[in-house]
Amino acid sequence: MTAENKQARGWNRQEMARRAALDIPDGSYVNLGIGIPEMVAQFVPEGRELIYHTENGLLGMGPAPAVGEEDPELINAGKKAVTAAPGAAYFHHADSFAMIRGQHIDVCVLGAMQISEQGDLANWSTGEPDAIPAVGGAMDLVAGVKTIYVITQHCTKNGEPKLVESCSYPLTGKGVVNRIYTDLAVVEVTPQGFVAVELAPGVSFDHVQEKTGGRLVAGPQLEK
Amino acid sequence: MTMIDKSSTSLAEAVADVFDGATVMVGGFGEAGSPIELIHALIDQGAKNLTVVNNNTGSGHVGLAALIENGRVARMICSYPRTLGSKVFPELYRSGRIELELVPQGTLAERIRAGGAGIPAFFTATSVDTPLAAGKELRTFEGRDYVMEYGLKADFALIKSERADRHGNLIYNKTARNFAPIMAMAARTTIVQTGALLEVGAIDPEVIITPGIFVNRIVTVAEPAQESRLVAEGRVYP
Repeated sequence: MTAENKQARGWNRQEMARRAALDIPDGSYVNLGIGIPEMVAQFVPEGRELIYHTENGLLGMGPAPAVGEEDPELINAGKKAVTAAPGAAYFHHADSFAMIRGQHIDVCVLGAMQISEQGDLANWSTGEPDAIPAVGGAMDLVAGVKTIYVITQHCTKNGEPKLVESCSYPLTGKGVVNRIYTDLAVVEVTPQGFVAVELAPGVSFDHVQEKTGGRLVAGPQLEK
Repeated sequence: MTMIDKSSTSLAEAVADVFDGATVMVGGFGEAGSPIELIHALIDQGAKNLTVVNNNTGSGHVGLAALIENGRVARMICSYPRTLGSKVFPELYRSGRIELELVPQGTLAERIRAGGAGIPAFFTATSVDTPLAAGKELRTFEGRDYVMEYGLKADFALIKSERADRHGNLIYNKTARNFAPIMAMAARTTIVQTGALLEVGAIDPEVIITPGIFVNRIVTVAEPAQESRLVAEGRVYP
């Protein structure tokens, strides 16, 4: 795939992560989910200091270690080897989730299967009878973290919209999502529903609307 | 004069009284903190029909996955049974041979903490309006809905520490700490495998994470196996 092709389709994974990183204020305590959200840390603008929390018990998570330097007892919530940054702290699970559930974490960036106009999030189960249900910390994060950002492709691999009027999959939390970063646009969840506040290069509002299941409004930012 | 000495002479002795039908909390988040030698000793010991509390369901055919594969676990209480390399649990679950109580990770941690602190139940916003709150008591505090969750206790906890002393004071290694301190509090009998058993007084009281009051037995495993290495080698226990 050429770079030109990617441009025509909107933002790629790195660009989505980069766009989300721009919106995280200096000094935030941040929890990053597995997948594209993990990449956000690579794109934090110069001059900002963020502190990363990983719910298995580390505040001050650093980048992945060099190959051969991995420690099986120093991992993140995705069970990948990480490092501890200067100033890091280890703690047990009840303390770690007190940070989450006690509203001490400022921003959480998660993936999604569906997001509704009301900000409901579904990201843990398709609800199919033979699926092995697994929830991890997702419900704790959306219930307890002050600001919830979602990074996701605008549509599924089959072209189904992920931004929907109401979720058909089991919920992770109700009315919890603040902002969505997709390959096509940045979308805010407001009392009036989805509001597109920024479009990816070469992507029109009409195209985003067509790919959105719920009601989408153009924000005043798009008129510039 | 009696001297408090919680050290066990062997892994087998440490787990000898785990009985059929017991609830056993097992420390670890994935392989980090998994007390693999104690789990293998429990497999050798033979107790069955166990309820096991762990965040996951093990990987490969060693440790917790081997305990499950050997038919010793009737019921799992966990938050994430679908880990990479976890093949044993999904098969048993799909064929109806093991029960699952799925609990959000933070609720699981808080239930264990509450169980160890004498708190029978508490309210949390986690899982409200989701299937995991179905049938549970809801209450509204300051305009927000919360679901009631019960404290969780156990007959035994199997945990891993980096260092211990004969009184049972423990310190851990990095993110291997995870569930161990709260499981030590919630179990009637807490059994620890430690990398090094030190003299009383050798650990600075300022850095002790689990005070010895929460610990009953300690067995030294100076060089514990690394679960991911055993899995990569295709090892099967026993």
